[in-house]
Amino acid sequence: MQVETQTELSPALLEFIRQWKDKPGNLIMVLHKVQEEYRYVPREVAFKVAELLEVPLAKIYGVITFYHLFKLKQPGRHQIAVCMGTACYLKGGEDLIRELEALIGAGVNRVSPDGEFSVEVVRCLGCCGLAPVLTIDGEVYGNLKKADLPDVLAKYQGRQVAAVA
Amino acid sequence: MAFKHYVLVCGGEGCNTKRALAVHDALLKEVREQGVENEVQVLKTGSFGFCGECAAVQILPDQTLYVDVQAGDAAAIVTQHLKQGRPVARLLFDPQTTAKYFPKDVPAGHQKQLRIVLRNCGVIDPERIEDYLAREGYAALEKALFKMKPDDVIEELKKSGLRGRGGGGYPTWQKWLFTKKVASDQKYIICNADEGDPGAYMDRSTLEGDPHSILEAMAIAGYTVGASQGYIYIRAEYPLAINRLNMAIAQARELGLLGQGILGSGFDFDIELRLGAGAFVCGEETALITSIEGNRGMPSPRPPYPAVKGLWQKPTVINNVETWAAIPVILLKGGDWFGKIGTATSKGTKVFALTGKVNNCGLIEVPMGITLREIIYEIGGGILGGKAFKAVQTGGPSGGVITKDYLDMPIDYESLGQLGSIMGSGGMIVMDEDDCMVDVSKFYLEFTVDESCGKCAPCRIGGRTLYNLVDKISKGQGTLHDIEQIRDIGHAMRKASLCGLGQTAPNPAISTLKYFEAEYLAHINDKKCPAGKCRDLLTFFILPDKCIGCTLCARRCPVNCISGDRRAVHVIDAAKCIKCGECYQACKFGAVERT
Repeated sequence: MQVETQTELSPALLEFIRQWKDKPGNLIMVLHKVQEEYRYVPREVAFKVAELLEVPLAKIYGVITFYHLFKLKQPGRHQIAVCMGTACYLKGGEDLIRELEALIGAGVNRVSPDGEFSVEVVRCLGCCGLAPVLTIDGEVYGNLKKADLPDVLAKYQGRQVAAVA
Repeated sequence: MAFKHYVLVCGGEGCNTKRALAVHDALLKEVREQGVENEVQVLKTGSFGFCGECAAVQILPDQTLYVDVQAGDAAAIVTQHLKQGRPVARLLFDPQTTAKYFPKDVPAGHQKQLRIVLRNCGVIDPERIEDYLAREGYAALEKALFKMKPDDVIEELKKSGLRGRGGGGYPTWQKWLFTKKVASDQKYIICNADEGDPGAYMDRSTLEGDPHSILEAMAIAGYTVGASQGYIYIRAEYPLAINRLNMAIAQARELGLLGQGILGSGFDFDIELRLGAGAFVCGEETALITSIEGNRGMPSPRPPYPAVKGLWQKPTVINNVETWAAIPVILLKGGDWFGKIGTATSKGTKVFALTGKVNNCGLIEVPMGITLREIIYEIGGGILGGKAFKAVQTGGPSGGVITKDYLDMPIDYESLGQLGSIMGSGGMIVMDEDDCMVDVSKFYLEFTVDESCGKCAPCRIGGRTLYNLVDKISKGQGTLHDIEQIRDIGHAMRKASLCGLGQTAPNPAISTLKYFEAEYLAHINDKKCPAGKCRDLLTFFILPDKCIGCTLCARRCPVNCISGDRRAVHVIDAAKCIKCGECYQACKFGAVERT
């Protein structure tokens, strides 16, 4: 079935797909690139990737849903990732999540009502020495206490997103 | 040109990269502005291993070590230390209170460490191939290509006794030999950098601090088994490591250390990166291989082993980052040298990420056979806040706990296995009296249930059932029969699961049950959590003789369940209490009690 999509991919993404098209095992690398650009994998882009790489859409969704990192829904403007590695868990990572839920008004894997923040839980960011840790848009905040969170969030509230790394 | 001073800024450990970079840039700016750029060189290096006190800065040649440095401190360091020769006292790390490791400068406890895998971390600038070359970089590859036959390389590895550092502990030389023996038009080399254990970051630090050592070792393997293509499968969560590897690959290609006819030898080898996407099971080699192929990362039964039929059905050598990093040194110094370090069955050193309730968190490298007591008390500086040691967890979700009775046992692959834990990839998490073993077991089971790929029933169903049982116990609803069931199901999962994830998933539960059965029984029989961690079993109340009526707890309580007039004894309404513990932490008079 041919699905018509209006979506035009950016030249950078098209070029990336062209470079990887003939390499075996390219799908995950291409999906990373898609997510780098859109911050999630929009359905119409998935259609387009299927067409360009000549792989079934089902295979693309199979891969997206298998791996934690790929998202199907648009995240908040600022992405908060709370580490729940063992060290962070023991040092109160769970308390941070509960406090964040109360502060932004949305639970894990949801977007706050104002679209500003989304919270996700991640497995070990590899900086256990700073536990408990969270990152906002990739910036690391360590040795956090619940009371620190309002100030940390305030830095991002209403701020434009820096170019997604 | 020799400089009078070298300033090394710890730029590994990506956690606080931005801060470390800011310090680096500030120092650089300061050095220029104060006109000493001909005397002082400022370098970014890999991790020093002082992970709790970012950013760390070391001044050579006097080996002064500064910790917790901010960009604003740059001026003081340059003016006072580099120009006037007086160290900045307030930034000096204090060996008395934080006896941390440093390679040459040796405060208490540091002699216990031996850096082989981390030999270059924190010493060289990982973004410059010249730095790696200056420390015998690529000399092992050159030696292999021109002075050794492939069989000689395998013989040297055999003498060294090196075993896989990813957890399994399989002899490296045997893996290589199997692949070498298979005739095939194409073979592959893979570096497993999918470090997924929560609480472990050894590989990340190695890749960030010394990326070339991995490339060199993979090329040596390519030469030995007859492969021309290598892949590094790395977690997408490690952007700095990815960046540095890409940089290193480009530099090595430029100097002819990767690519066609390496060093004019006629041997071709190249390396590409492939990113993981957040799936713990992809640390399992068969799952990792299918993920590189672009599929859902599900494991498959072995045999056939990847050594014979691996990536795209071709013979494949797959080793973990730490294993790779040890190989160039082994070739240069000889297998016999490496084989002298360690115990009878486990040779060499092991890198651990020491974390949890210990004073000095960080990355350490110690000879096999060291005791846990030496690691925790001498290198780690003892338990945080003077609390009582309870257990140390090794091997992450695949491992188990070790109690104080075994603190003096020399650790190697076999001894840890006998205790019901595993060496694993090197996470070492110290737990104190406040950590509940039922809760820890639940934490790991939640992880493995979430990460199970669902392909085989023992792992998919068994893991979920185990989690439900432990969850039930943590809520005070367990029965003695549940404990039997945990043991039975755990046994079945170990025997019947398809891959290592499922086979080892019951380990945390079985091992905590083995050493801390009394704690499980307290949850079941007395409906109490002795460590005060399991919320459902806690009750908070106020001791009338200690409460002075300051109202602080009542103001902190998120559900307003504490009542009482100012200067009068307060009362917690147990029916409304959500057991968040805010009042317990807030009270300055020890009047809130928790049982």
